[in-house]
Amino acid sequence: MILFRIALQTFGLALGQIWSNKVRSLLTTLGVIIGVASVVAVIAALQGLKTTVLDEFEKLGANRVYIDGQLPRSMWATGSWRDVQLKLHEIETIRERCPSITSITPELWRSYPTEYGDRKLDSVPTVGIWPTWHDIVGRQIIQGRPFIPIDESDRRFVCIINDKAIEELDLPREPVGEYLRIAGKRFLIVGVVETVTLNLFGGGDSSAEVFVPFGTAQVLAPRAWISHAWGSLSSPEHVDDAKAEIAFVLRKMRELTAEDEDTFQIEVIQQFIDQFNAMAKGITAGASGIVGISLLVGGIGIMNIMLVSVSERTREIGLRKAIGARPGVILVQFLVESVTLCLAGGAIGLAAGQGLISLIRSIPESPLKDASVPAWAVILAVGFSASTGVIFGMFPAIKAARLDPIEALRHD
Amino acid sequence: MTIHIRQLTKTYKLGVERVHALAGVDLDITQNEFVAIMGASGSGKSTLMHILGCLDRPTTGSYDLNNKPMHKMGSAGLARVRNEEIGFIFQSFELLNRASALKNVMLPMIYSRKHWLTARSRAKRALERVNLADRIGHKPNQLSGGQRQRVAIARALVNEPSILLADEPTGNLDSTTTNEIIDLFKQLHDEGQTIVIVTHEEEVASHAQRIVRLRDGIVESDHPTAEDPIHRRWLAGAAAAAQEAADNTEPRPSQGHDTPATGASA
Ligand SMILES: Nc1ncnc2c1ncn2[C@@H]1O[C@H](COP(=O)(O)OP(=O)(O)O)[C@@H](O)[C@H]1O
Ligand SMILES: [Mg+2]
Repeated sequence: MILFRIALQTFGLALGQIWSNKVRSLLTTLGVIIGVASVVAVIAALQGLKTTVLDEFEKLGANRVYIDGQLPRSMWATGSWRDVQLKLHEIETIRERCPSITSITPELWRSYPTEYGDRKLDSVPTVGIWPTWHDIVGRQIIQGRPFIPIDESDRRFVCIINDKAIEELDLPREPVGEYLRIAGKRFLIVGVVETVTLNLFGGGDSSAEVFVPFGTAQVLAPRAWISHAWGSLSSPEHVDDAKAEIAFVLRKMRELTAEDEDTFQIEVIQQFIDQFNAMAKGITAGASGIVGISLLVGGIGIMNIMLVSVSERTREIGLRKAIGARPGVILVQFLVESVTLCLAGGAIGLAAGQGLISLIRSIPESPLKDASVPAWAVILAVGFSASTGVIFGMFPAIKAARLDPIEALRHD
Repeated sequence: MTIHIRQLTKTYKLGVERVHALAGVDLDITQNEFVAIMGASGSGKSTLMHILGCLDRPTTGSYDLNNKPMHKMGSAGLARVRNEEIGFIFQSFELLNRASALKNVMLPMIYSRKHWLTARSRAKRALERVNLADRIGHKPNQLSGGQRQRVAIARALVNEPSILLADEPTGNLDSTTTNEIIDLFKQLHDEGQTIVIVTHEEEVASHAQRIVRLRDGIVESDHPTAEDPIHRRWLAGAAAAAQEAADNTEPRPSQGHDTPATGASA
C-alpha cells in the first residue's frame, strides 16, 4: 500500500525531473528511443508489405497452380527450352488424369498489330485461352459474356478485351458487337474483362489486352508455343497431391527416368505466400536482433545515469532513510524512476517510429502504403522499455536501497 | 522512562584495529527532559546520537525507547521508529535544495502510514511552530542559515516524535542565529518536547536542564546544568568577561562572535 503510493508519487516526480532535464533525459534514453522506433517502424513496414503482397497474391488466386516447362540446370548445355515447353496433349492429359486439378487452361501469348477504325496499335498482347480460364483466373467480365465451349470448338473469331483496350483503341464505351482487326483478321468483340493491376510485379502500368479462344490463337499462329498453363485446385489442402499428380503425368509422358530431373515447374501461389511469410519472419528476427542490441545499449545508458543519480543523491538517500524510508521504499523509488525514464524514451520512440511510417506511407506508389503500427507492437514497445527500466534500474536501485544512512549523510 | 540505556557499546573495526566509540554507556532520559551531551571531538557523541536516533545499532548493550527494545529491531522496524518516534536534526540541515520549505517538511510523511493524507496541513502547522509560516514556498537557497535549520526542525517535528535529537544543530550558525535556534528549542521544551542536543558550546548547553559529558566512549559526568562543575567554572569566567566588557569605555554593538560573553549576558 505504502509502496504503491510512493511508486505513484515517484512517477509524478520522475516525470517532472525528466521534463526539467530534457536534453539529459533525451540523450540518456537515446538507445531506448532508437530501439523502440526501429522495432515499431520495422513491424509496421512489414505489416504494410504483407498486406500489399497478400493482396497481390489474392488477385492471382491462392488456389491456382502454374505449370510451365523448365530446362533443368543440368540440361542447359545439351537441351533447348523448346523441347520442354508444354504441349497441348500434355495439358489435356493433366485435365483427364489429375483428380486434384478441377480445371486447367493453356495460355498462348502472342503480340499482333490491332486496329479499330483508323486507330492502330502495332503490338497488342493477345492471349489464347480455354473457356475454363474465366473460372481459374477469376477476372470479372464487366460487359458482354465470357468465352463458351462453342467459341473454342468452332475456333470462332471472337475476342474479349480488357477495359484498358477500350481507351487505347478509342473504342466506344460499350464495345461489345464492334469488330477489331487483329493480324489482319476480323474479330467480333463479345465481352470486356476487368483489368487487374499487379503493383508489386511489373509496375502499375497495365495496357491493352486481347483474349481469343485457344484454338483460334492456334489458327493465327499454327506453330506457336504454349506459354504456360494455369490449373485450379479442388482445395488448398490438395496442393501436394496436385503437384505429385501433375509431376507423375508429365514425367511419364516425357519418359523421364528416375535419375532425370523435372523438365517443368509447378508452382502454387500458396507457396509464394509461404515463402514471403518466411522472409518476413527472417526480417523480423533480424530486426529483433538490432532492437535487442539497441535496447541493451539503451539499458546500459539508463543504468549509467541511474548510478550517477544514486551517487549524486547519496546524501538525499541518507536523509530519506534517516526520516524513515525503508530500504524497499528506496528501491521502489529508484526503480520507478528508471522505468519512467525508459517509458518516456519508449513513448518518444513510438512517436518517432510512427512518424517514420507516415513518411514512408506518403511516398506515392509505395508498396508500404498500408503500413501501420499494430496495437500489439505498441504493447510490445511499452513492455520492452518498461522491462529495460526494471532490469537495468535494478542494480542502481539495490545500491541505493543498501546505503547505510550514516555513511550516506557523510558523503559529499 | 523515554530512553533507557544499559552497558551500551559500539565498536568499529578498522582493519585489525578496533575503535571503541562507545565503551559501556548507561543513560536514562525521561519525558520532557532537555539534555545536552558534551565532550571532546571523538568522544562518541555522534555515535551515541545515531544509536539514540535508531540510525545505527549498538554492538552490545540495550536501548529501550518508550519501553520497546530498539537493539532487537530489524532495519524496517527501525525505519518505522525513525519515522514515527524520532525527530533528527543535523548540523548541516540536510534539506532537499530543489524542494520548497513546505515540501521539505512534508517529506517524512511520504513514508508515514498515518499522516500522509493530512501531510500538507501538518507541514504548514509545523512551519508555523518554528515561525516560518511566511516562508512556505521558499527554496532552501532563498533562506538564511537559521531559517534553514528551522525548516529542518519543522521537518523533525512534523510527525510529533517522542524525542527530538540534534547533533550540533548550531555548529554551522553564527551566534545570533544560534540564539534564535536555542530559543526555539526552549520554546519546544516548554511545550513538552523531550530534547537531546549535542553541542560543544557551554553557552548552548546552559539552556539545557542537564549536561551529560562523554569521554572516550563512556559517561564521564552527568549533572543538572546548574551543578555541573565545568559549566559553573565557565559561567564564572563568562561573568568575569562580561564585567571586563562592561568596564571597557566604548561598548560596541554586541555582535562579538569569539566570546560567549555577549550571548550569556544578553
Ligand atoms: N564509521 C566509523 N568507522 C570507524 N570509526 C568510527 C566511525 N564512526 C566513528 N568512528 C570513531 O568513533 C569515535 C567516536 O566518533 P564520534 O561519535 O563521531 O565522535 P564525536 O561526535 O564525539 O566527535 C571516533 O574515534 C571516530 O573516529
Ligand atoms: Mg560528532
